[in-house]
Amino acid sequence: MPEQNLLYFEDMSPGTIFPLGPKNVTADEIIAFAMEFDPQPMHIDAEAGAASILGGLAASGWHTCAMMMRMMADSYLLRTAAEGAPGVDHVKWRKPVLAGDVLNGETRVIEARASRSRPGIGIVSLRHQLRNQNGDTVLDSDNPVMVRLRPQEGGQA
Amino acid sequence: MSIETDYELGVRRDLGSHVFTAEAIINFARQFDPQRFHVDPEAAKDTVFGGLCASGWHTSATWMKLNIRSIKNDVAKAQSEGRTPPEFGPSPGVRNIRWFKPVFAGDEIRYSRINRGARPLNSRPGWSVLETSAEAHDKAGNIVMSFDSAVLIKLPEAGD
Repeated sequence: MPEQNLLYFEDMSPGTIFPLGPKNVTADEIIAFAMEFDPQPMHIDAEAGAASILGGLAASGWHTCAMMMRMMADSYLLRTAAEGAPGVDHVKWRKPVLAGDVLNGETRVIEARASRSRPGIGIVSLRHQLRNQNGDTVLDSDNPVMVRLRPQEGGQA
Repeated sequence: MSIETDYELGVRRDLGSHVFTAEAIINFARQFDPQRFHVDPEAAKDTVFGGLCASGWHTSATWMKLNIRSIKNDVAKAQSEGRTPPEFGPSPGVRNIRWFKPVFAGDEIRYSRINRGARPLNSRPGWSVLETSAEAHDKAGNIVMSFDSAVLIKLPEAGD
């Protein structure tokens, strides 16, 4: 039986849009992530960031990806019959994400097709975009996710 | 000196290995990717993965962690030998991230980097775009993750 309130493959037709954010990006979060994964001066030191090409204390691009992942989870993924992702086609870090920025955006479904190799699973191609408080795009990314097809009423789950 | 020797083009550089503990997997995922197969060892057993496994972003960001460690070691070595190290700038992005196999709690993953090519950046004299491939393998030698990256780099001026 399908679970109520759970999004299945059939609910993710091309053109479907899910909002992302808002997410306030704090200096503490930027520094904490970077100390663990990307300890370059412009990600851990405000003065070094201001003196860099990025123009301020800037989030690691990997941190921006992780923040996007959390926005996806909160918007739709935790209520989707999702089975993980095989990868990401591309991530473009178009502008720096700086301390104090507020990120918003959306995920748009580009394509949805049944898996040839795995019965009951569909592959949904997603296009994500994040923008800052000035409306500037900071991240573009395309990635496929695996989503279960809706079980038939009364059928074997 | 040439582009090939400066950038070690085509040479696989071992970046060392990293053990993914259940605690670290759950900590990362609670913050960034709280899907049940990344945060709940019991619930994960009933998923397609069959057990608690790291968020793909955790696996990928750990490449960056070890890559930065490697670069810092190279910079320190160059400075101790009186050479001027290259300067690194930001990255415009990554492509073709592939999470081939789940990374389970307790897995030890070995990371590597291969520089593929470099081209001068017309908009920033002295700077080049360095194209890099990233890979991660488990102890059995299976590839678990790969992606293609790019980073801005400035080599020292001749005579430095």
